Amino acid sequence: MNIKFDIEGGNFSSAGLASSEVKRLLKQLNIDIKTIKRLVVAMYEAEVNIVAHAYQGEADVEINEDHIKVVFTDHGPGIDDIDLAMQKGYSTASEQVREMGFGAGMGLPNIKSHADKLNITSEVGKGTRVEIICYLNA
Amino acid sequence: MTKQAFHHALKIDKDLCIGCANCMRVCPTEAIRVREGKANLEANRCIDCGECYRHCPVNAIIIEQDDFTNIHNFQYRVALVPSIFFGQFPEDVQTEEIHSSLKQQGFTHVFEVENSTEIVWRKQQEELKNQENTRPLISAFCPAIVRLIQVKFPSLIPNLLSIKPPLDVSALYFKKKLIDQGITEDKIGIFYITQCAAKIAAIKSPVGEDKSAIDGVINMDYLYNKVFTFIKQHNNDRCALPDRQHLSSRDILWSLTNGEKDHNGQRSLAIDGINNVMAILERVENEEMSNIDFLELRACDESCAGGVLTSGNRFLTVERMRNRAENATEQKNEEFLSYRDYLLNNITIGPVEPRSMMKLDNDLSIALRKMRQVQMTMERLPRVDCTVCGAPSCRALAEDIVQGKASINDCIFIQKRKEQKELMSKEESLEIMKSIWGKPKLDKNR
Repeated sequence: MNIKFDIEGGNFSSAGLASSEVKRLLKQLNIDIKTIKRLVVAMYEAEVNIVAHAYQGEADVEINEDHIKVVFTDHGPGIDDIDLAMQKGYSTASEQVREMGFGAGMGLPNIKSHADKLNITSEVGKGTRVEIICYLNA
Repeated sequence: MTKQAFHHALKIDKDLCIGCANCMRVCPTEAIRVREGKANLEANRCIDCGECYRHCPVNAIIIEQDDFTNIHNFQYRVALVPSIFFGQFPEDVQTEEIHSSLKQQGFTHVFEVENSTEIVWRKQQEELKNQENTRPLISAFCPAIVRLIQVKFPSLIPNLLSIKPPLDVSALYFKKKLIDQGITEDKIGIFYITQCAAKIAAIKSPVGEDKSAIDGVINMDYLYNKVFTFIKQHNNDRCALPDRQHLSSRDILWSLTNGEKDHNGQRSLAIDGINNVMAILERVENEEMSNIDFLELRACDESCAGGVLTSGNRFLTVERMRNRAENATEQKNEEFLSYRDYLLNNITIGPVEPRSMMKLDNDLSIALRKMRQVQMTMERLPRVDCTVCGAPSCRALAEDIVQGKASINDCIFIQKRKEQKELMSKEESLEIMKSIWGKPKLDKNR
């Protein structure tokens, strides 16, 4: 099953809408609560990333019997050095974003620790694609 | 084997129900549907929060209670009274007067629930230290919240503090105390004066326990009328017995909003109102709140002062209780303290089981198929949540359809479209409406 969500850059109150809806669906599928939690936390971090850094983006959620795949694509500044961005505490978030309690440099590392697979591709000046996979009953 | 249906204190009186659907629209767990002009309660979804009771215009929601005369089945009749009860009375009525009037109603002992707050609070403090890796920890004080977490937020069960609320600890204490005086257990009846339906459900089918130490429940509004009438009639000979119990300010305010919060954790939040609580729990699930230590969550606005079985205005109740707390002079209850070890050994709640009402099917591939069907059905429905189909929202209808509990033709927008395409006659659509809202509402002579 596929569901698509639009994510608006700069609108922090909308961060979490996609992960909340996916959470509701996974509960209906009776999926193990630990798996739901892992995916929802990873998704939420990815949503915040788009809101904090990009102009506009979307989340494509694919629910399968053995795994869930979420692909986040955004139009934004892109990531120059992905390895550096993966380091805990590294952040390029603006002062404004930090004042709102975000931008601690834990986003990508947190996604990595919660998801089973994480693939990031990015083009500077264009945008970023983040693919998250969580296996069910893993 | 399917699990036995959960015991509920809330029931719908079909004779009184006019099928107005007010209850269905406010139910936070979408547990109500209208069929044949009457509201129907789905037991597995209900958490006994009492929102339906609050919104019913004809008092058709009833809260079951034990017959008051049941107290006389016991030789020793203990009234466990929450401090909220004292907040119901006008200020010129003294606490001692209420105590003695309660005894005049037939109780042999009157004990304020909040006497055991100290012990509960110490245990909470201890657990906040012991479970430092689980954040936020959620109080198990409000039974409607415990049930809400079971049915809607099962992933947060590990965050629930498995500590009994003061009510259960006080019941344990008083029973044990009387047994130690040589009284046999069958002669002791512990009766709780309740301000809400959820406490009744919690006592009749406790979560994480086999049996409650409480033998019966008396609804607060019923007893309030009895006691207040007695006080009014005996205005001239105020028979205040020297029965004063000295609760601390913390004890008196424990059941109000901020009652627990003010004494727990470096960073803690107090949330009241069932919809506010659900919004917060959503965020807790996303781990947006892991820097919060403690959550005090209460289903009712103004916490227990807003309980559905209270008689007084909740804001006035809060004010009176704050006044009482300001003048409180704590006195150590030595007898109670001597039971400290016994109570601490029995203060923990057993495992709380998830009770997910949300799953479409136990089998993942069937559930996934059903979910696609819900998604497809939603595309045909108008998404206006008009509730004319007898379900609280378009989504609820779509789920009911997929589960075989409703038909797409129940939707009035579908009916109109089908009538227009001559796929359904006017008579057919009228029959559908009758099956949902009952014949009388669609009687042409009305």
